[in-house]
Amino acid sequence: MTIQFNDETFRDDYSFHNSDWAIKRFPFPFHEDSYMYAVNMEQHRGGPEGSVYEKRFDVDEHYVAEMRDRAMVLADDPLRCQSLPHMTLAGWDLLELIMVSKSEDYPDLFELHRDGDQWRWVNKPMGIDDSFTFMDETTLPYGPMEYITRQTQGDFCVLDQREDNLWMDAGIVTTQADWSLDFDIGMNFFEWHAPVPLAHEKGIFVRALKFLLNIQQGAPARRLNWTMTVNPLLDTSPENYHKWGIQKTTLTPENIGSKQHLRVELQTFFRLPRSNALVFPIRCYLCSFQDLMTMPKWGRRLHRVVRDLPVELATYKGFIDNRPMMLDYLSQFDDGLPTSPGVWPDFDTEPPLQK
Amino acid sequence: MSKFEFPPAIKSRPVYGTLEARTGKHHLMIADAEGAEAILEIATPELMAKSHIIYIPKGADYGDKLRALQPAQYYEGPSYAASVQRIRHVLANAHMGLQIYLTGTEGLMGQAQNEAMQAGFPHTAIQTEHRGSVARRMQCVHCKGITEEVETDPFVCSHCGLNLFVRDHYSRRLAAYQGVCIDAEDPGNVPEPKGIYE
Ligand code: HEM
Repeated sequence: MTIQFNDETFRDDYSFHNSDWAIKRFPFPFHEDSYMYAVNMEQHRGGPEGSVYEKRFDVDEHYVAEMRDRAMVLADDPLRCQSLPHMTLAGWDLLELIMVSKSEDYPDLFELHRDGDQWRWVNKPMGIDDSFTFMDETTLPYGPMEYITRQTQGDFCVLDQREDNLWMDAGIVTTQADWSLDFDIGMNFFEWHAPVPLAHEKGIFVRALKFLLNIQQGAPARRLNWTMTVNPLLDTSPENYHKWGIQKTTLTPENIGSKQHLRVELQTFFRLPRSNALVFPIRCYLCSFQDLMTMPKWGRRLHRVVRDLPVELATYKGFIDNRPMMLDYLSQFDDGLPTSPGVWPDFDTEPPLQK
Repeated sequence: MSKFEFPPAIKSRPVYGTLEARTGKHHLMIADAEGAEAILEIATPELMAKSHIIYIPKGADYGDKLRALQPAQYYEGPSYAASVQRIRHVLANAHMGLQIYLTGTEGLMGQAQNEAMQAGFPHTAIQTEHRGSVARRMQCVHCKGITEEVETDPFVCSHCGLNLFVRDHYSRRLAAYQGVCIDAEDPGNVPEPKGIYE
């Protein structure tokens, strides 16, 4: 299908909205009626047609608006994009991976023409047509990682692999769930995960790292993570928390359906060929509670998950104060009926709300 | 007693050890305030004959005792900032196999460790021992300014004036802990400051 790109904002008047198509394909993260941290990883080898899992780098109706928002964040705070000197080669690897994937997966939107090291990249939605020399930084307006990730939805961490660990040595981070690239750059896998509750004790990070170190080129993996955001604000950064934190207190029983968003990250992992680095795209999808409630199964399930989530997780994810109001709202959409297993909405087979 | 038992903490926090005299032809010891005690405990005439001590007293009076050890070189600096050029110079011109001893406050050890790593010394050549104040070097995540010697939680950022709470999340690159606005969701509601480990 051809994508109609939304003209919308993720700040100020928050005109962000999801079409029916976007709601239906929203990556609802709960495959059962409860949630706990787990090493929830699987191969990233496509998925059902039209789903966010189908392509290597999903492009949706928010693409152009998200890229506009990223440019604004970077203009305000250039430290959101950093690359330690030894990571330039990995940047070229990433540029190649994205250009090849997008031009193959979306030939009507992106074109890549290669003649030796003379490359031409056409990005139709953003009106870009650039020719450059592959591996020659002076022929691009930014470093290779920044150049391509200013044109790709989602945050990116580029991890150097050494000493049996991963090191966050480069990244572009403007749509993060409240963590700072500038603070975390140079840390290893255990250090940057230090603030996460419960998961270290469960051995999750030791097992997850082992899995990641063994990811091979051409065999990417993926997992989902989630949190809650009031207003469709992409840039929930610690840097700006003193400005956006107050928005969490603006929820009321009347506006919660439209203001409260479930924020889901589709996280993927690709091994890069020349540098042997690992790239970690973190793609953020937002959906308001009221849009989620159009799927009866998701309504029932979200209520149960939020209700039973351990206090540590609700606190870490920053919604412990708003949880009672969320539950008042969500309980209206839970009639106690069982839910079918798996994340899909099963709209045609799940019974409509019985109350 | 200048030794403090840190409570168990998250994995980005550094863990400090206890200095031991190592073998080697060249030894560099960098200390502030009560860190002097850790040096005094391992000092032997033989070790001191091969040692360069850089000491920042911060009001403590161990200078005479350290000088009495007769180290091969002794320097006393008024502040870390004033001493860092000298530290860099010594590291840049040091012999391979230099043994490095860092002791005193976390801020001193963290910053000097960065200098040593940047100069190419492996972490196996660097020992640390915490002594004295448990004050933290804090980076404000909002304005990025560093506030030295933070003893209370919350505290006021010395650059932008926001009220910040003291996190345990630590960056070795910055040699600092992270400070985050405490009253963002309820402006003006700032709890009474307490000692960080109280
Ligand atoms: C190498 C790729 C990865 C990077 C760069 C990364 C990065 C991060 C960062 C920066 C945070 C926020 C920590 C904070 O509070 O400051 C985080 C949270 C977390 N990460 Fe990772 N991560 C990676 C892979 C994984 C994997 C494979 C797992 C699998 C179990 C995982 C599990 C988690 C969990 C459970 C959280 C807490 C999230 C929440 O409750 O919202 N991460 N990660």
